[in-house]
Amino acid sequence: MPDANAPLPALDPCNTPFWTGGERGELLISRCGSCRRWLHPPVPVCRFCLSTDMTPEPSSGRGKVLTYTINRHQWLPSLPPPYVIAVIGLDDDLELRLTSRLVDVEADRVTIGMRVAVHFEQVEDVWLPLFSPEGGQR
Amino acid sequence: MSDGGTGAVISGIGQSDVGRRLGRSGLSLTMEAALNALADSGLDRSDLDGLSTWPGGSGPAPGFTGAGVWDVKDALGLNLEWFSGGSETPGQLGAIINAVAAVRAGLATHVLCFRTVWESTAQTAGRRASVIGSGGGRVEGSHQWMVPFGAVSAANWAGLLATRHFHEFGTTREQIAGLATTLRANAALNPKAVLTDPMSVEDYLNARMISEPLCLFDCDIPVDGSTAVIVSASEAAKDFAAHPVRIEAMGSALYGRPYWDQYSDLTSMAAHDAAEALWRNTTLTANDIDIAQLYDGFSILTLIWLEALGLCGKGEAGPFVDGGSRIARMGELPLNTGGGQLSAGRLHGFGHLHEACAQLRGVAGDRQVPGDPEVAVVAAGGGYLGGALLLTRSR
Repeated sequence: MPDANAPLPALDPCNTPFWTGGERGELLISRCGSCRRWLHPPVPVCRFCLSTDMTPEPSSGRGKVLTYTINRHQWLPSLPPPYVIAVIGLDDDLELRLTSRLVDVEADRVTIGMRVAVHFEQVEDVWLPLFSPEGGQR
Repeated sequence: MSDGGTGAVISGIGQSDVGRRLGRSGLSLTMEAALNALADSGLDRSDLDGLSTWPGGSGPAPGFTGAGVWDVKDALGLNLEWFSGGSETPGQLGAIINAVAAVRAGLATHVLCFRTVWESTAQTAGRRASVIGSGGGRVEGSHQWMVPFGAVSAANWAGLLATRHFHEFGTTREQIAGLATTLRANAALNPKAVLTDPMSVEDYLNARMISEPLCLFDCDIPVDGSTAVIVSASEAAKDFAAHPVRIEAMGSALYGRPYWDQYSDLTSMAAHDAAEALWRNTTLTANDIDIAQLYDGFSILTLIWLEALGLCGKGEAGPFVDGGSRIARMGELPLNTGGGQLSAGRLHGFGHLHEACAQLRGVAGDRQVPGDPEVAVVAAGGGYLGGALLLTRSR
């Protein structure tokens, strides 16, 4: 799969743990100190219990593909297709999910329910949490 | 509110020329639509005391918005009692929903509502309003959770929903071909439609993929154009409007999370919330609908609206549009009778509203649905954007 270079996020105090935790190999997700739920995107308050005791904590970085799309169109010069965009449901919380890009997998081998694990790719000051099939290349 | 409903009507409709690369400014298109709506209503310019638009004057890139409140207020020399422009609303129809609320609250009597796009002309100038990040620089806000992974277009976001729908319900591209080909046939009868060449099921199936499972013909066509309608208090419209269209009910709810990827049920989205609220606000039911004008920025969004509104069962939109006979102009539920955004062009929800009003008034020309349609549903938006209107004929 070709390298895709998409526009990067602008870092701020709230999102920096998520986008830079990969430097230490950690997928840092907001977690409520009171009810212990995990929340993404990062927020200063827990939408379940309204506690403001929110801290980024290392998540398992493992989960499964809830849905995906194989992008075939070149939208930007820096983004050669094809690449696979997926919504990943993380194991840590039933309602915890994030969108990412799948790597180390043939596009036509991707399925809903496929087990995946995080894999960081550094671009400038951002560590993109990408996902690849658990247990290696497919 | 002598006639029930929301107490508001659409007293006039107008549209500019619609096409690709018209090379006109957004304000020029907006003025054409607004003056047409004013003439259609029979109102005088001095009667207009409200102004409402989506998404307002600033957009992510040139072309996504053609004019804002200030531009139009000044150009038309309006004395405004109330005005509103913005994108944080229940979809594009939020501009209408706000106007009805203002009329109900007595803040205004006649509100000019408009939506203008000139994405086709803007695209030729090098940037694309619909590609996030095409302007360079870093992304902020909710786009940062999608764009850095290459999900830079709504086609990607909608593609994620489509894959899930296919997975859960066995929906197929062959079924969706029934929608695309039907809308193309409708567009052939619409003089303002941009794509009118006949499309076969094979044409659809052979189209190049954009974001699987969505192909080129699952994505709407950027155009230049403006649509304007005038929302008036029912009582005030009695004296002048020849054929006001009643706004029977509206759906503006949002219960789920406001993200394309975080809504709990990826096959229902905000459309579900807006539709649920719509039906709570009326005694009419899905069985009363004569025609439907449902947002088709991407084909899958129309399927989601069909299910959300109860026009077919949950998960059954694929079989419902399969073959196109049910949704054809002569079918049991004429759908997107002007060709929709897929074939007529992306007028961003307001094209659907204009078409519904024209059909209810019986002025849709060659594409007029026979049998005097009486009740229309209009819905716009995808993902976490969704708003719906129930309109009735008041002849």
